[in-house]
Amino acid sequence: MSSQKPILEARGLVKKYGQVVALNGADFEIYPGEILAIIGDNGAGKSTLIKALSGALQPDEGEISLGGERINFRSPRDAQRAGIETVYQDLAVAPALDIASNVFLGRETRRRGPLGSLLRLLDKRGMRREARRQFEELGIGVQSIGEAVGNLSGGQRQGVAVARAAAWARRLVIMDEPTAALGVKETGQVIDLIKRVRERGLPVILISHDMPHVFELADRIHIMRLGRRVAVVTPKTHTMPEAVAIMTGATPSELDNVLTKKGSPE
Amino acid sequence: MGPTRTLQLVRRLITAPTVGPFIALVLTMVFFSLKTDRFFQAQNFSLVLQQVMIVGVLAIGQTLVILTAGIDLSVGTVMALGQVIMTKLAVANGVPVVPALLLGVLTCVGFGALHGGLVTGVRLPPFIITLGTLNIAFALTHIISNDLTFTGLPKLELFWGRTFNISGTDFTYGVVLMLVLYALAWYGLNQTAWGRHVYATGDNREAARLTGINTNRVLLSVYTLAGLTYGIAAWLLIGRTQVGDPNAGQTTENLDSITAVVLGGTSLFGGRGTVIGTLIGALIVGVFRNGLTLIGVSVIYQYLVTGVLVILAVSVDQFLHRRNG
Repeated sequence: MSSQKPILEARGLVKKYGQVVALNGADFEIYPGEILAIIGDNGAGKSTLIKALSGALQPDEGEISLGGERINFRSPRDAQRAGIETVYQDLAVAPALDIASNVFLGRETRRRGPLGSLLRLLDKRGMRREARRQFEELGIGVQSIGEAVGNLSGGQRQGVAVARAAAWARRLVIMDEPTAALGVKETGQVIDLIKRVRERGLPVILISHDMPHVFELADRIHIMRLGRRVAVVTPKTHTMPEAVAIMTGATPSELDNVLTKKGSPE
Repeated sequence: MGPTRTLQLVRRLITAPTVGPFIALVLTMVFFSLKTDRFFQAQNFSLVLQQVMIVGVLAIGQTLVILTAGIDLSVGTVMALGQVIMTKLAVANGVPVVPALLLGVLTCVGFGALHGGLVTGVRLPPFIITLGTLNIAFALTHIISNDLTFTGLPKLELFWGRTFNISGTDFTYGVVLMLVLYALAWYGLNQTAWGRHVYATGDNREAARLTGINTNRVLLSVYTLAGLTYGIAAWLLIGRTQVGDPNAGQTTENLDSITAVVLGGTSLFGGRGTVIGTLIGALIVGVFRNGLTLIGVSVIYQYLVTGVLVILAVSVDQFLHRRNG
């Protein structure tokens, strides 16, 4: 890993909301092909960090680079164009629309010829075919691709959101607590999905509160506290209680430094 | 293959959102047919369609706005303003008919764009914005018209009130235009990416934005197009009344357009609904008014009935919303 360059990197990100400092000089990097988990207590700045990385908000200070180039996302659409897709907790999908429409939402394809260019007619059949192929590849079982997403279970909905991200991401997938609202069985399905996304060679940023899952999935674990990264550890070098201790600030700061050096790639 | 196909079709028909409103329409028609023989006649249906025409067209714009979880209280007064501008320019100011009509339509489009701009730019609630423009358009209508009614209008302004005959029954061209506008709105909402974005934005604006949809542009287009439908409705109104009347279209049209949308099964919470449902909803309102008149119920009771209908429809919407989350 030491020979590789980070695919996405951030230095000194600051984001303030009035008196509240959400990000206070946060650093970040993710390497090709890895699953990087981000953990941290409530209010540690996890969501703000990934929103900055996915273009949902603009940091006040600091810089972000993708593949070594400075970038400045002004909207989620900018990040998508750069190949970064994000799965949000529960607001990733439009329930009234069917599965295929959700997968293609914001990127609809039109019919060829004048029907598409002049009359703006959607290529519904083509989008359904493509969405079905995507679902088969990821091993998601869905009875009907024309079903409204509102009629699906929570796990299936999240499956749609993950499939959507996997279908369009060229560089990176970000997942913000993808299993937070799910039951045990559905959580298992989403975790399998995340693994399959990595098998495709896409790096994944995973925000989660669920330590066992984090330790099962992650190659490296980025720990946030009070708006900055306090350590990067790996499941091999640290135990769960150690990671939680760093996260909550229970260990002395000297130890934090040691742990940071031990865990970060040199 | 055959039986499952049929089953799927039956299931789709039963769960289609327009089925409820459609059954309500049929029941209403059966009721009035039993009450009076004057109801179930081709000439009477033609009359209902003419009465529905104005509200029907306004309700298309209202549907678009409500699909984005907004509401437009100004529809009737904006239309009245457009109508007064069209007629006054042509009659009193000697403006040629085509520019007069265009300026009237553009005024309504301008109001729509203003709503859209305030909703997206200043992030004000549509309820308050359109309550404001309701009063502004109302005042401008009376200021510009000087409370005069304009008559002796050019032929083109009266065009949509002209009739053609199908096997003994007269239909106005305005009714045909209304149906064409419904077809166009259906196409836009169901067959284009824009329609998908309208639904997604109405369902959850932030989620749609995070999906990469330019929700501000969607909202701006929705309010502006709604303004266009009010402008077209203004022209239809002239065809129906044959004059430019500053007092026309200001009382019942506002609430009736919302009633039509809600009766048609479109959710006030946004993201769910169809224009075909709205057409059925507008017909329900029209049939009720027509039927109650035929059986001799006074106008004031018609308001009572429409009021009850709206609250019933909104209650059903609220109930469904809670159940589905």
